[in-house]
Amino acid sequence: MRRYYERVVEGLVFASGMASIIFVILIFVFLLKEGLMLFREFSVIKFLLGKHWYPISEPPQFGTLPLILGSLWVTLGATAISVPLGIACAIFIGEIASGWLREVLKAGVELLAAIPSIVLGFIGLVTLVPLVKNMFGLSTGLTAFSGSVMLAFMAMPTIVSIMEDALNLVPKTYREGSIAMGATKWQTIRRIILPSAASGIIAAVMLGFGRVIGETMAVMMITGNAAVIPKSIFQPVRTMTATIAAEMGETVQGSDHYFALFAVAILLFVITFAVNFLADWFLHRKKAR
Amino acid sequence: MRRQFCTLLGLILALTLSTSALAQSRGSIQIKGSDTMVNLGQAWAEAFMEEHPDALIAVTGGGSGTGIAALINGTCDIVQSSRDISEKELTLATQNGREVKEIVAAIDALAFVVHPANPVFQLTIDELSAIFTAHLTNWKGAGGRDQAILVLSRERNSGTHVYVLEEVVRKGNSKGPEEFAPTVLMMPSSQAIVQEVADNPAAIGYVGMGYLVPTVKAVSIFGEEAGDYVEPTLEHAVDGRYPLARPLLFYLPGTPDGIVKEFIDFVLSERGQSIVLDMDFVPLPKMKEQTAESRE
Repeated sequence: MRRYYERVVEGLVFASGMASIIFVILIFVFLLKEGLMLFREFSVIKFLLGKHWYPISEPPQFGTLPLILGSLWVTLGATAISVPLGIACAIFIGEIASGWLREVLKAGVELLAAIPSIVLGFIGLVTLVPLVKNMFGLSTGLTAFSGSVMLAFMAMPTIVSIMEDALNLVPKTYREGSIAMGATKWQTIRRIILPSAASGIIAAVMLGFGRVIGETMAVMMITGNAAVIPKSIFQPVRTMTATIAAEMGETVQGSDHYFALFAVAILLFVITFAVNFLADWFLHRKKAR
Repeated sequence: MRRQFCTLLGLILALTLSTSALAQSRGSIQIKGSDTMVNLGQAWAEAFMEEHPDALIAVTGGGSGTGIAALINGTCDIVQSSRDISEKELTLATQNGREVKEIVAAIDALAFVVHPANPVFQLTIDELSAIFTAHLTNWKGAGGRDQAILVLSRERNSGTHVYVLEEVVRKGNSKGPEEFAPTVLMMPSSQAIVQEVADNPAAIGYVGMGYLVPTVKAVSIFGEEAGDYVEPTLEHAVDGRYPLARPLLFYLPGTPDGIVKEFIDFVLSERGQSIVLDMDFVPLPKMKEQTAESRE
């Protein structure tokens, strides 16, 4: 009887574990099935390198270059802002702060992750957008930069918590050894702890990047959504995610526009998959050594 | 214990099924489509449900294209649309076995808005087309200050976007080659356009007349018929002098009957049309008799 019970539980746990993999595969198969239909009539080269996104014109143009670059500008900007802040924050929480301050900061960072993206987008629209416009003397504050700042807030919790884990994994003996050799705390952090936690830090950056590039609602509200090839971060841009969100509702199932949006989704999936894969590789490389 | 649980579950299941069946028998209507019309549709639905407490009407927005897609996919009873259904959509609907009916429910006038401090107060359709295709990029060229123009548009799922594309950007030739310039900002809602224009002296955008507020200035448009610049007011939209007025439409997936027909008759009644005026749109001219006729 007991053995029978054990078997059932084992089976259930196994099924739940497999389910997540099966879901990912099913999603990818569905995306491929719908997205690849576009390329029966539209060339892949034109899709990837076309400079114009006019999906409802006759004939339609599905050039995603402005969308890809838009996503990259926003994401790189957000990464550039959130990574130094995130590293500093994680070092402070993990190495310097003690007792109640550490607990308060940890809770604060986790709370940041709990703010819904549309709320951040709305706050950005009424506070950050006018500020950016006045501060840099731009014609509008609806720019890639505004999106980057807002998304940096969203990437922070991911980056900080994974980095903090990486710092915790550095053996205590390293720290003690360094202090015993007469190194200061800063020297210990810079020369000993950061290099030994490097792969974890890179993984944190990657996962933060993946988090930002898939973000939709906030960017749709504050980046202006103009499908131009961006020349600077202070220009309006249109991201891949915002394009899918803004246009999916209007398309008729089975139209070229519908397939094109799925093709954009494949692109997005491939990018996030690659980034997550790299992050995973960095994490495990450390453990193998 | 287990038996009790099963009974409870059965009870809950039966209850859910019966209530949903009940809701259906009372007559529910799914209305979907144009964001321009969503508040108007809501007002109609509320007034209608006051008179018919047993009716259940759900009104949602998303854009005219969204509504028409829902009609083709068979997930709504009435589409609110601020543009004509396209040939392509009509063919798809027919292929899916829908016999599309069109009804004019009200009239909307579109207004181009600028910041109140902007000295420009009148524009021609040609000038607007040049601005939205980025051939005219400085306000100086339209009689304003020496300042770059920030151009705002609605997203592509908006009926207003398509209307402006055909009537303004392509100057009435719906198959024309002109496009919105890539530099045009696509805003997710009319509210977002009003907010940005109220904030930004260099901006120009367009919204339905129902969205006009004192924080923005609506420019007069040159009308062929009037031979002069015409202000976007209710009066001018009704007498046809204002060039950018358009019908607000209902599309139905077949000949209306039952509660749907009652609702449409209500919308076209005097009471329904007075609601149109309350919501800052333009009521239909009185003498015009309308029935739910098939579109050829």
